[in-house]
Amino acid sequence: MSETLTIALSKGRIFKETVPLLAQAGITPLDDPETSRKLILDTNLEHVKLVIIRATDVPTYVQYGAADIGVAGKDVLMEHGGEGLYEPLDLNIACCRLMVAGPVNAVPVKGRLRVATKYVNSARHYYARQGKQVEVIKLYGSMELAPLVGLADCIVDVVDTGNTLKANNLEPQEHIADISSRLVVNKASMKMKHAMVKDFIAQMERAVANKQ
Amino acid sequence: MKEIDRWLLPEGIEEVLPQQARQLESFRRRLLDLYTSWGYELVMPPFIEYLESLLTGTGHDLDLKTFKLTDQLTGRLMGVRADMTPQVARIDARYQTGVPSRLCYMGTVLHTRPDGFAASRSPLQVGAELYGHAGIESDLEILALLAETLRLCGIERVSFDLGHVGIYRGLVKHAGLTETRETELFDALQRKSRPDMKVLFEKWALDSKQAEIFLRLSELNGGSEVLAEAKQLFKGVDQSVLTALNYVEQLAAAIKQKMPHLVVHFDLAELRGYNYHTGVVFAAYVPGQGQAVALGGRYDDIGKVFGQARPATGFSTDLKTLFSLSNTEAQEPETIYAPADQDEALQSMITELRAAGQRVVCALPGQQGDARAMGCQQQLLKQAGQWQVKPI
Repeated sequence: MSETLTIALSKGRIFKETVPLLAQAGITPLDDPETSRKLILDTNLEHVKLVIIRATDVPTYVQYGAADIGVAGKDVLMEHGGEGLYEPLDLNIACCRLMVAGPVNAVPVKGRLRVATKYVNSARHYYARQGKQVEVIKLYGSMELAPLVGLADCIVDVVDTGNTLKANNLEPQEHIADISSRLVVNKASMKMKHAMVKDFIAQMERAVANKQ
Repeated sequence: MKEIDRWLLPEGIEEVLPQQARQLESFRRRLLDLYTSWGYELVMPPFIEYLESLLTGTGHDLDLKTFKLTDQLTGRLMGVRADMTPQVARIDARYQTGVPSRLCYMGTVLHTRPDGFAASRSPLQVGAELYGHAGIESDLEILALLAETLRLCGIERVSFDLGHVGIYRGLVKHAGLTETRETELFDALQRKSRPDMKVLFEKWALDSKQAEIFLRLSELNGGSEVLAEAKQLFKGVDQSVLTALNYVEQLAAAIKQKMPHLVVHFDLAELRGYNYHTGVVFAAYVPGQGQAVALGGRYDDIGKVFGQARPATGFSTDLKTLFSLSNTEAQEPETIYAPADQDEALQSMITELRAAGQRVVCALPGQQGDARAMGCQQQLLKQAGQWQVKPI
């Protein structure tokens, strides 16, 4: 087959939870990204390749056709805007919640709320819908620290078990969205390679249904 | 200012250097000749005009894409064109005489933000529009002209994607969705996000049969089998949906008959340009290119705001994009070197050669570099008292 299918995945939780689904679609990676330094992984199928990239880069790779298909968290997609992408399937993996969290027993803030987050667009959008003008502070990690050192009043971040929050004397306060990983597809690939892509989506859909 | 900052161009703004510029210009001429031979008249809309006329009847997206400035003479807002199609529609609405008119255009447009990956903010937009006929024949002509445009630019393995905005519009009407809901559904459907659509339908408590139709609509893309599937699915819904579907089917049949080599796919949930398109929409895709390379479709109402609604269909694309995808190799033109000599015989020989279409470059006294360094393949030499063209 001359046509290839490139699937973009991020290391860690998404990769681990996607592999069993791929296996049901008959695709097995030949390398493990945790031990291999390769960025393009071969699979048992010659025309299927996996590219291993940062989670936040997945929408970009797929949008511009560097990968035909990708797996991206809804949090990343909301932040990216999802423009130029199809997201036909909820894989129901890597589930968590996007939440506002702040110090336990926090005193209500007078004036403008300062929000630390790496989800700048999602946070701004969330507060805008409530008619609140807030100051969003973009951070790249360790959001939990911001309220502790007085950099921000609260944070917007994904919460899984809530243990990190608890350990830092923070508590979840408002629920913004439920997050799970979605299958995303490049628009041109959906059209130009529609037989292969649609077949893949159908197999993944069956795999997700089987798991539940 | 540091030296490095002086030559740096703004993001998405590029210059085209000699070799590429020559090729690009040859593409431009070839295309304009093609359009002329099909009876399309060239128009040159202004680069800048009042914002109202530039944006009337178009969507919010175009507004955000348009550079604006204040006219010092009138105090009104002006915009630098970000898309020439509405301008050409205005020209047609203003000057039409009732007969179908065919217009083409080519020119630089400016975008406040790039359209896509590494996209230019100053594309060289080229397009053709046909006004005054509603029906398959005019859509077919525009599609054929687009196919010819791509072929002439040396772009192979093109596939066309057909859709029709009337399908979604009719289904929304049939389901009785409010405008807010239509917008929300539009957003989810454009991303073919069935999970998001399901959430919406649950929230609205939409009739399960209606919900099923929208969910399946998002999957109606692929080969001609989707048309048959759609026919089954849309049984009993609004007549306008079936009319739209029939239109697509007939257009596809006409394409197959007229241009059997063309690869055609369908996407009945394609909603690009939903604001101003009224009928069939199409896009051209090329392997290895993650985004469409040319777009078009029917937009029958756009002239209304200028006083004259006429049926309209057309396509547009970016010549720089086509150029970058082209497989054709540029031919380096032969250049003749003339020495720095004021001899009359030489001067008249140069004039003759130039008149015959040859490229002659005259050396300057005391200049650096010889004929070869100046990229010449031939030179003028005086032999036995006669100036002659000789290879270097």
